[in-house]
Amino acid sequence: MAAGKRKATERRKDGKGIQDTSMGPPAVPSFRRIGKAFRKVDATAKVTGVTKFADDLFLPRMLFAKVLRSTQPHARIRRIDVSRALALDGVHAVLTGRDLPIPFGILPVSQDEHALALDKVRFVGDPVAAVAARSEEIATAALDLIVVEYEPLAAIASAEDAVETPDPRIHDYGHGGNLHKVVSLEFGDVERGFAEADLVREDLLFFEGSTHLPMEQHAAVADWSPDRKLTLWSSTQTPHYVHRALAQVLELPPARIRVIATPNGGAFGGKSDPFSHEIVVAKLAMVTGRPVKITLTREEVFYCHRGRHPTLMWVKTGVKRDGAITAMHFRSLLDGGAYGSYGVASTYYTGALQTVTYHIPRYKFQGARAFTNKPPCGPKRGHGTPQPRFALEVHLDKIAEQLGLDPAELRLRHLVPPDSVTANYLRVGSIGLGDCIRKVVDGSGWKDHFRKLPFGQGVGLACSSYLTGAGLPVYWNDMPHSGVQLKCDRGGGVTVFCGSTEIGQGSDSVLAIIVAEVLGLDPFDVAVVAADTDLTPVDLGSYSSRVTLMTGNAAIQAAERARDILARYAGERLGVSAVRVRFADGRVCDAADPTRAISFAEAVQLAEAAQGTVGTMGSYTPPRSPASGRYRGAGVGPSPAYSYSAAVAEVVVEPDTGIVRVPRIWIAHDVGRCINAAAVIGQIEGSVYMGLGEALMEEMPYRANRHVVHKIPSLLEYKSPTTLEMCDVVTYIVEHPDPNGPFGAKEAGQGPLLPVMPAVANAVYDAVGVRVDEVPITPEKVLKALKRKAKGEPPRYGPTSFPAIPWPEPTYVPPPWEDVDTIATASRHR
Amino acid sequence: MLRLPSFTYRQPRSVREAVAAKTDAGADGMYVAGGTDLYPNMKRRHQEPRTVISLMGIRELTGCEMRDAGCVVGANTSLTDLAAHPAIRRKYSAVAHAAELVSTPLLRNMGTLGGNLCLDTRCNYYNQTYEWRKAIDFCMKKDGAICWVAPSSPRCWAVSSSDVAPVAVAIGAEFLLVGPGGERMVPAARLYQNDGINYLAKHPDEILVEVRLPPPDGWDAVYRKLRRRGSFDFPVLGVAAWVRWDDAVVADARIVLGGVASQPLEVPEAGAALRGEHLSDERIAAAAESAYRPAKPLDNTDFDLSWRKQMTRVYVKGALDELRNRRGR
Repeated sequence: MAAGKRKATERRKDGKGIQDTSMGPPAVPSFRRIGKAFRKVDATAKVTGVTKFADDLFLPRMLFAKVLRSTQPHARIRRIDVSRALALDGVHAVLTGRDLPIPFGILPVSQDEHALALDKVRFVGDPVAAVAARSEEIATAALDLIVVEYEPLAAIASAEDAVETPDPRIHDYGHGGNLHKVVSLEFGDVERGFAEADLVREDLLFFEGSTHLPMEQHAAVADWSPDRKLTLWSSTQTPHYVHRALAQVLELPPARIRVIATPNGGAFGGKSDPFSHEIVVAKLAMVTGRPVKITLTREEVFYCHRGRHPTLMWVKTGVKRDGAITAMHFRSLLDGGAYGSYGVASTYYTGALQTVTYHIPRYKFQGARAFTNKPPCGPKRGHGTPQPRFALEVHLDKIAEQLGLDPAELRLRHLVPPDSVTANYLRVGSIGLGDCIRKVVDGSGWKDHFRKLPFGQGVGLACSSYLTGAGLPVYWNDMPHSGVQLKCDRGGGVTVFCGSTEIGQGSDSVLAIIVAEVLGLDPFDVAVVAADTDLTPVDLGSYSSRVTLMTGNAAIQAAERARDILARYAGERLGVSAVRVRFADGRVCDAADPTRAISFAEAVQLAEAAQGTVGTMGSYTPPRSPASGRYRGAGVGPSPAYSYSAAVAEVVVEPDTGIVRVPRIWIAHDVGRCINAAAVIGQIEGSVYMGLGEALMEEMPYRANRHVVHKIPSLLEYKSPTTLEMCDVVTYIVEHPDPNGPFGAKEAGQGPLLPVMPAVANAVYDAVGVRVDEVPITPEKVLKALKRKAKGEPPRYGPTSFPAIPWPEPTYVPPPWEDVDTIATASRHR
Repeated sequence: MLRLPSFTYRQPRSVREAVAAKTDAGADGMYVAGGTDLYPNMKRRHQEPRTVISLMGIRELTGCEMRDAGCVVGANTSLTDLAAHPAIRRKYSAVAHAAELVSTPLLRNMGTLGGNLCLDTRCNYYNQTYEWRKAIDFCMKKDGAICWVAPSSPRCWAVSSSDVAPVAVAIGAEFLLVGPGGERMVPAARLYQNDGINYLAKHPDEILVEVRLPPPDGWDAVYRKLRRRGSFDFPVLGVAAWVRWDDAVVADARIVLGGVASQPLEVPEAGAALRGEHLSDERIAAAAESAYRPAKPLDNTDFDLSWRKQMTRVYVKGALDELRNRRGR
């Protein structure tokens, strides 16, 4: 399928009234399954309460675990006395850090966590000891009997604090002091670019931290069998990485460990690290010889966190009068919390994807991540990219106003062309951003509303892009990122085995639909066995929006291989060559005369009789990126394909209170190829919901003067929107198939979140003429900005300075158009 | 997950039995009605009764009856039923409206009128788990000696967070309390005290049995609630405004604020600003200004405290505008 052939399919919010608005010749032949709206294959069990989540598992003789957590934000552990807890009737075991001394961490460069604190605690909530007891009540009572003596250390409450306070260090590794990671990259001479500009603008913006808030609290059950095999059931997005962490910390051969990811009741990135509680229940099961379960409280989920990094950003951009960018310099300071987690990647991500939407010929990025004494930040939906995208899209809105250009027009004029390589060597395949912008501009009546609505009402526009799977795994290896095994049963059933994890995003359904498409079956007849390290080939996990593309491609390969086997023997029976055999509606027929057919089951039986059990395999490895090996950090940003979104938000601002309401958002998303329309629309609407929370209210506040405790670790007081705050969503699915995607598909799970926050911020400005340069945009901030405006002060609320960070000399990388070695290659693609 | 501590559960069938059960249990006993306040608090170890005496099986505590002297509502009436009751909606719309704004539909199905009126005061230093409170050291409301929101304060500043209580005070409702020593009637305003710990002038052994609403004879009242979201959240500001009309003139008025003190806070100056006057823009602004001054929110609920204080003006004005508009209809 040729990329660049444009076909946009518009769907109403309810999925009905599908309307074809082709803008060119159809890019592909018709599909039987792909693109239809399917109920998810696991939906009925979920909505009827039958699905077994990790906490629903009960094994005979099972014990219950609880974790004692630090009451200190930063302290050395002087002494732990567990004797009274051990003596409590019903307590079977108590663990401390000494029982699990080997460190772990999701990234090889940040092996800085211990299942239980070894000698030091780094935030209120850091795991210190664990108890297994006959009941959860007894385990809870035992925690209070454990005595921990702390020697308090000065605590660091913010990234700015960390920059100013190198001592005491929270960790003894990293960039130095309390800076975990510092990045400095320059792609082309930005000063030259600024000199060529007609306008150079600088802005400071801040993005507050937020958490994932999955409905299901993390839970895990471990079983240690008498034959010395460990099984862990856990609500994790990444069973493969948990498998590796268990082997490392427990010093067991991986062959003795089986990790089963239970269906996740929401995850959003919050379940993609290996966690203390998973290792702890495994060890407790080994120590006690009995199954052990742990279910975290909501408060503990706040302490696991790994959510959005609070990020301070400074951006300077040079533009020509027509809005063409001549150069951009972007700085970010991330508040990482107490541990590394994915933070090194998060830091790079705050600088990686600026380049894939509008052409930036010269680009400089400097990013720093600080350690602070708070729960660790990590990957939340959009991982490190919503913050810079917010900054960039608000910044562009201001630039457009200064240039007297319509912000939609400015963006449309300077889009990155398809099949091109950016200044930082990211290869962009298909790009449907132009169509996305046109969709929301037309649908929202943008041209009649922008800067034309009465005071208090406004519209704002923003765009975004996100990767469809990280180009590299978290640990270096040459193996595929996703594997699928497929088994055809002589009864006609097909089972797909894959390590990918269903977190509510519909990965099981995608596997079923893709296999059903290739083999001409009903998706609900395809059995999916997923996320079990004993049964399924490795898939790296449900993160970075990688599953549809990577397992999808692996599934296509496995299914096509099965199709080829079956076609050969079915062809023999039908007396036609294998290439003339078609698979449809559970039958295998002669393409030239579909009445000549056998059932799919008969085809399997013929093949099985002829050559034995019918099983195939497929796997997927992303293409090598042009960035690869070119500079340090080039592993973060490359992706097989980039999705694109554009949104227009409509807001109503009450001038006397500052309260912002969002009645409606129009959003268009270039998903490449829609595989399950119901799931794609669901992901887009869910993204809008989550983005709205970040735009208006979600934040992770801590009390710096009170042991840096989390102020509101509860579902009641951590404010996320209810159905009453949720806006109407008008969704447009735009399809620019990408050659790397399965049937052209790109991601939909994260990208559509990104334009929501800047679109709302820009709309608030349109409504009342004040800039709130940070999220969440709370009423008090809007009101403060309005009062400043009334006093004739700058009508703005937001950060006012960026701390002085000793940036290292940037690594200079000439962009493709300035690099003699790549000019030939790059120009071919532009 | 967070577990309830163990306790003995008793289900008396009458108020007398319930009072006797409480006397038996002594200081370790507590009454519970819908449980939407007590049980989550028990999980966080705010209250640790060894005996929990349920009032839900007591028929005397149910019912809603219109009498000449007003309306008598049983304390066990669920907030859902109260909000939906035709006579309450018609004659006491502010009560129905306040009940309808409490929490979520599910919690209103369980939560009762009596429970909302006796709601434990709230503070985001207090409404935390045992472990959280232990981490910063316990506050004086439970297990500790200090008020974390005002460390030099001798008293607790937890916030009255009931929606119905400010309305009850504003309209002059009365409460019937029954205890070991018999029964007594208490004007709503007298049930509450501006102390986050001793916020009720009710003996722990006493049961709030019924609420008597005054006859709807020429007064009107409205309630406005400020909170982050349209559901779920406790008020960070509640404004109950009551006016007795003498033709188009305000014969008497009361403005009562919720969410800004440890009790529903009547602002007499605001009422005085309206008395004997037409509800003009100027008078409304004067009343709003009077209400703004004594409102002293602290940093222990959702939202920035200075913004909450500023909102007092806006919400009092909104409530009085609404009363004026209703009069005009």
